[in-house]
Amino acid sequence: MSLDRAAVAKIAKLARLKTDPDRLEAMASELNRILSFVEELQAVNTDNVAPMTSVQPMKLRQREDVVTDGGNPEAVLKNAPQRQGDFYTVPKVVE
Amino acid sequence: MAEKDYIQGATGAWEIVIGMEVHAQVSSKSKLFSGADTTFGAEPNHQVSLVDAAMPGMLPVINAYCVEQAVRTGLGLKAQINLHSVFDRKNYFYADLPQGYQISQYLQPIVGKGVLLLDMPDGSTREIGITRLHLEQDAGKSLHDQSPRESFIDLNRSGVALMEIVSEPDMRNSEEAGLYLKKLRTIVRYLGTCDGNMDEGSMRADVNVSVRKPGGPLGTRCEIKNVNSVRFVQQAIEYEARRQIEVLEDGGKIDQETRLFDTGKGVTRSMRSKEEAHDYRYFPDPDLMPLEFEQSWVDGIKATLPELPDEKKARFIEKLGLSPYDASVLVAEKESADFYEKVAKGRDGKLAANWVIGDYFGLLNKSGQSMEDFVITAEKLGGLIDLIADNTISTRLAKDVFALMVETGKDAATIVEEKGMRQVTDTGAIEKVIDEVMAANPDKVAEYRSGKDKLFGFFVGQTMKASGGKANPNAVNELLKKKLAG
Repeated sequence: MSLDRAAVAKIAKLARLKTDPDRLEAMASELNRILSFVEELQAVNTDNVAPMTSVQPMKLRQREDVVTDGGNPEAVLKNAPQRQGDFYTVPKVVE
Repeated sequence: MAEKDYIQGATGAWEIVIGMEVHAQVSSKSKLFSGADTTFGAEPNHQVSLVDAAMPGMLPVINAYCVEQAVRTGLGLKAQINLHSVFDRKNYFYADLPQGYQISQYLQPIVGKGVLLLDMPDGSTREIGITRLHLEQDAGKSLHDQSPRESFIDLNRSGVALMEIVSEPDMRNSEEAGLYLKKLRTIVRYLGTCDGNMDEGSMRADVNVSVRKPGGPLGTRCEIKNVNSVRFVQQAIEYEARRQIEVLEDGGKIDQETRLFDTGKGVTRSMRSKEEAHDYRYFPDPDLMPLEFEQSWVDGIKATLPELPDEKKARFIEKLGLSPYDASVLVAEKESADFYEKVAKGRDGKLAANWVIGDYFGLLNKSGQSMEDFVITAEKLGGLIDLIADNTISTRLAKDVFALMVETGKDAATIVEEKGMRQVTDTGAIEKVIDEVMAANPDKVAEYRSGKDKLFGFFVGQTMKASGGKANPNAVNELLKKKLAG
C-alpha cells in the first residue's frame, strides 16, 4: 500500500491538519515508511486465527447505571479557550 | 403497491421510497460510557464528566443497563440478538463533538434484523423490516442564536446512550412513515427502554427519501436529519418527494446529500456544512473490548418482556371481540390499554371499548388532564356501563349522566338516583305518554297511517321528549308501532 500526494492532502483535511503543499511529498514518504513497517506484519500466517480487537483474553468491563460523576462545570470548563457563563463558546458554526 | 400511493408528475407516476433511522435515547440514569446524569433540562455543562468532555487519558466504561435495554428493544422488535458486537469510532469534526469521533457500532451491531407491524387505519397491517439496532453516544448541543459571532456549546447531552434503529426502505408514503414512528414509540414505551418523549429529543428521526418510476431501479436518496415529530416527518417527506420529482422532471439529477427540515417554512434545505465530512473512517475503538454475553442472559431478559402491543391487540380482537381498528387505538398507549382492561373486566368488551374510545377519550382530551388526574376512574366508567347493561338507563341518557359525572365527580348510580334519571320500562307509563303524543298530533297520525312511514321518527322523538328522555327506546319503538298501526 502506498499513499500519493492527493491521498495525504485528503487525510490531512479530514484530520483538520493544515499542511503546506510543499510538505506533502515529504509527508507522503514518511507515511509510506510507516505503512511499509506495519506491512511486515502481513508476513505472519493468521489463517487459523479469528479476527480480534485485542490480544488480551479480556472481557469488556461493565458498570452499574448509577450517577457518580458530573456536577462540576468549573472542572469541565477549566481549559476552555473561551466561555460564556457555563457554556463553551466557539467561532460561529454556520449551518 | 397501490396506485393511490403514486405521486403524479408531469411525466407520469412516481413512487416514493422511504427508510428511517430513529435515534431513541435509552432511559438510563447515567450515560453510556460515563457516570454523569442524563436528566433533561439541567444547567449547561452541569452533567458532564471528563470522559464526556474528552479530556486526554479518560477511558470509557460501558453502562450495563444500557446494554440490557438495547437487547430488550431488539427482542421487542423480534430481532436477532448478536452475542458478540463491536464498538467503532465514527470520525468527524464538529464543535459539539469533543472527542472528534462518536463511539458507535458499525459492522457488528448488538441487534440485527427484525420486524415491525404498521397498524393501518383500515384495520389491516403492513410489515416493515428492521435492518439493525446499535448503541452509540449522543453528541453535545450547539446553540447558534445566542451571539452573532459565536456558537454556544453545552455538553450535557454528550455521551448519553442512544439506540439507533434502522429500517429497511420499506415505506411508500408519508402516512406509513408516520405510523412507523408512532409504532416504534409505542413499542419502546411498552418496554420502558426509552420514554419516547419527542419534545425533549428522546426520539429523533433521520428520514431517507428517494423517488423512482413505479417498479424501476431505486433513485438517489437524500437524508433529512433530526426530525422530531410525526407531523414534521410527514411534512418533510411530502416536500422532499415533490422537490426530487421536480428536479428529475426538469432533466436534473439528485445529489446524495444531507438536508434539514425547516419547520417554519415547511421546506427541506441542503446542509452544506456536513457535505464533505461523509468519510467517517470507522475503525474498532481500541479503548473498548468487544461486547459479549450469553444466550441464557438474553433468554432471561426475554422472560421479563411485557405483553407487547401486537399481542395485546390480537388478544383484544380474539377474546374481547373488538374490531382491529378499535384494538389498535386502545393499545397505542399502555395506559389506555390498562384502563380499558379495567373497565372491560366482567363487562361487555365492545360496549366498554365504545365508551373508552368515544366519550371517555373525548372528554379526557377536552379536559387537558392526564388519565391519572382525570375525575373519571375505570371503576366509575364501569359503574356507568353497568347501568346501561341492566337497562337502568338508556345509552342516550347515559351520555348525559357521563357529562354530569365529569362535572360533579359523583358516580353514575348516585347521579341517576338524585336526578331521577332511571329509565322508564314500565309499558303502562310509556303507553300513557304515547297516547298523549298521538292525541296532540292527530294530523300527523293520519298522515302516518296513510303511508308516510318517515313520520315514525317524529313520534319516537316526541315520546322521548315527553318522557324527559327516560323512556326505554326499545319499548317506545315497539309500543309506537303497535299503537300507530291502530
